[in-house]
Amino acid sequence: MDERHHAHPELGFWRKYVFSTDHKVIGIQYGVTGLCFLFFGFCLMMMMRWQLAFPEKPLPLIGGLFAAMPGGVMTPEFYNSLGAMHGTIMVFLGVVPLAVGGFGNYVVPLQIGAPDMAFPRLNMASYWAFFLGGVTMLASFFVPGGAAQSGWTSYPPLADIASTGQTWWLVGMVFLITSSLLGAINFITTIIQLRAPGMTFWRMPFFVWAQFVTAFLLLLAFPPLEGAAAMQLMDRVAGTSFFLPEGLVVSGQVIEATGGGSPILWQHLFWFLAHPEVYVLILPALGIIAEVIANNTRKPLWGYRSLVWSVLGIGFLSFIVWAHHMFLTGMGTAMNAFFQTTTMIISIPSVIILTALILSLWGGSIRFNTPMLFALAFLPMFGIGGLTGLPLGLSAADIHLHDTYYVIGHFHYVVAPGTLFGLMAGIYYWYPKATGRHLNETLGKIHFWISLACMNGVFLPMLYQGMAGMQRRLWDGGASYEHAQGVLDLHKLISFSAWGLAIGQLPFIVNFFLSLRRGKVASSNAWDATTLEWAAPSPPPHGNFPTEPAAYRGPYEYSAPGAAGGFAPQWQPEPETPSAAPGAEPAAQPAG
Amino acid sequence: MSTAIPYTVEIRPDTGLNNVKIGIWLFLASEVMLFGALFASYILLRIGAPTWPEQSSILNVPLATLNTVVLITSSVTMVMAWASLVRGQLGRFRLYMGGTVLLGLVFLVVKYFEYTAKFHHDLFPSTSTFLAIYFTLTGLHGLHVLGGMAVNAWYIGPGSKLWRIDRQQFTNRVETAGLFWHFVDLVWIFLFPVLYLL
Repeated sequence: MDERHHAHPELGFWRKYVFSTDHKVIGIQYGVTGLCFLFFGFCLMMMMRWQLAFPEKPLPLIGGLFAAMPGGVMTPEFYNSLGAMHGTIMVFLGVVPLAVGGFGNYVVPLQIGAPDMAFPRLNMASYWAFFLGGVTMLASFFVPGGAAQSGWTSYPPLADIASTGQTWWLVGMVFLITSSLLGAINFITTIIQLRAPGMTFWRMPFFVWAQFVTAFLLLLAFPPLEGAAAMQLMDRVAGTSFFLPEGLVVSGQVIEATGGGSPILWQHLFWFLAHPEVYVLILPALGIIAEVIANNTRKPLWGYRSLVWSVLGIGFLSFIVWAHHMFLTGMGTAMNAFFQTTTMIISIPSVIILTALILSLWGGSIRFNTPMLFALAFLPMFGIGGLTGLPLGLSAADIHLHDTYYVIGHFHYVVAPGTLFGLMAGIYYWYPKATGRHLNETLGKIHFWISLACMNGVFLPMLYQGMAGMQRRLWDGGASYEHAQGVLDLHKLISFSAWGLAIGQLPFIVNFFLSLRRGKVASSNAWDATTLEWAAPSPPPHGNFPTEPAAYRGPYEYSAPGAAGGFAPQWQPEPETPSAAPGAEPAAQPAG
Repeated sequence: MSTAIPYTVEIRPDTGLNNVKIGIWLFLASEVMLFGALFASYILLRIGAPTWPEQSSILNVPLATLNTVVLITSSVTMVMAWASLVRGQLGRFRLYMGGTVLLGLVFLVVKYFEYTAKFHHDLFPSTSTFLAIYFTLTGLHGLHVLGGMAVNAWYIGPGSKLWRIDRQQFTNRVETAGLFWHFVDLVWIFLFPVLYLL
């Protein structure tokens, strides 16, 4: 044990709350910043939904505020900016910072019984790199030509020749990728090295396993995109032609470039990251759901080992499915067949995980509190998301569905009533640990039911629109296509559901702030839970545990036979008195 | 109250590692993916190109050969620097580490002359796909050399204060920097034949 302790004067405000190296402070920073970006990205979408529901009508009240909306009417360029930045912000500035930077940073060290992350200063650096990336992305709205407009996917040739905002996007991505890499190194090292005595790998909560795999995905999948971003920057700034083919004609003129580049190369490099990225989006949420379900069924998770092997399998397989996003590029039938096969295979561990979570409900003594409501709703919503992915993974069906609203419906089902519901469950579940107070249950239930209804109102019709052939990323919402005419009306339903979804978040926002001062006071074990974070005070002090904890048993010993209070927390040693009946198992020992 | 993080310096028994060693290897894994992606792009672009220039006639092979020798030597001095610390010889450490930084500087100076010579002959990244990938790959590598040099120089200077507080931790940090430096050397070992000789 490193005996060197720093002499510790009381930290000033800036070192304690802003430039802190404490994983809990950093976790909250990531979480709050991530929530703010989720809100901002949502606002971008709400503006887009106005244009889709009421094409070329001036946006009421605020339309005049935007220089890019002359007379309050959205131009196609601005619509494309909103679309590209909505995706970028939600994925890279919203969900991942909240799910990994927020929940991961806050909960993982506590759940493994560690005093902090392995590299606290690196942790702080990763937050500020993320912050700088966010500032860069926001600033890009104000450069000439506006923010990036080439989709979150930034496909060349368009992205190569687009306006300045695209260069800012690329620089912002470099900051964000750096942040993720630093964070990933921290998570993996922490989980391997800082587990408390008795906390073997097979006694770790599933949430920690999920974050462990997620960290590997970030570590190994992001660098190729960083390389690709460097190449696209070279194309844009140094006049290279990595992604520009020979003789490219733009607006009737051949552009001045050497050519010889490959637009498909970008797609391969981009999707090599972006496919594992979607597993980065879902795995932390799956981890949260598992914790909340075990806790609120008062029984162990069904199939813990299957869950762990499946999440490891997903991690590995996620690196070899990427080109299912490229079925229509003309790669050839051999490539299509390979990636179709691996894509079908990866659905197996995903289904195992969902099945295990559903089976965990059987025979449970279910408590329908707000985190559990979100967790329960997650199951069918993620089911729909996953099932709608199957026709996309089959290259023949994908011919019809690629680049339609069906795709938008599919991935939003997984990310919105999927991941976001998981993250909401996590907020309601761990808020008592971080603040020492419960969120209000009534407001929580209102938040839940409105969100569930509106999310389905937004994304279910999109599946239908997509099957009718309505293409995505169209400023006019498909109005100029004859085959889309029959489903245009659904745009209004979707838009009103989206605005309703926004209103439904108000109870949550109010709850979040009010409960800081007025919420019901929470004990250290606010939910009668078994995992190690509930052994620490609420909120935990610097260093987390007054004395070093140890793990004496698995993570989900709910309703264990003979357990005092109906559950046996991981940190509680066996009682000293020999009360075991003849033939009973020997008392659990911290291993290793 | 600052809590020291366990296993920062001392080895955790069941894994046989300290935190920093895992950290640097993970970082190097990510770097392999970064340079790997660029090498893969090189392959894809070259295979897909109808014509490709004769690389060795455009690039300066003798200078690059010199640079290869320079970098390999710098890896040797890097190990000697670390070994000096293991033997408790701070003075020797400064000498060898200084040599490493100096050799890194030689490498960058040679690259500077290489690049400027190219520009002088109107050979820019925008001139051909080959030159684009050449400048990008060697440029990114060069930035890594620069970063490594900065870290190494810091360990000769202000960073060496740690020697007086915790010798083992300082030695470990230099070993970590050494691992990074060897990696940078290794990338060049791949760059040199692929770009200059093939």
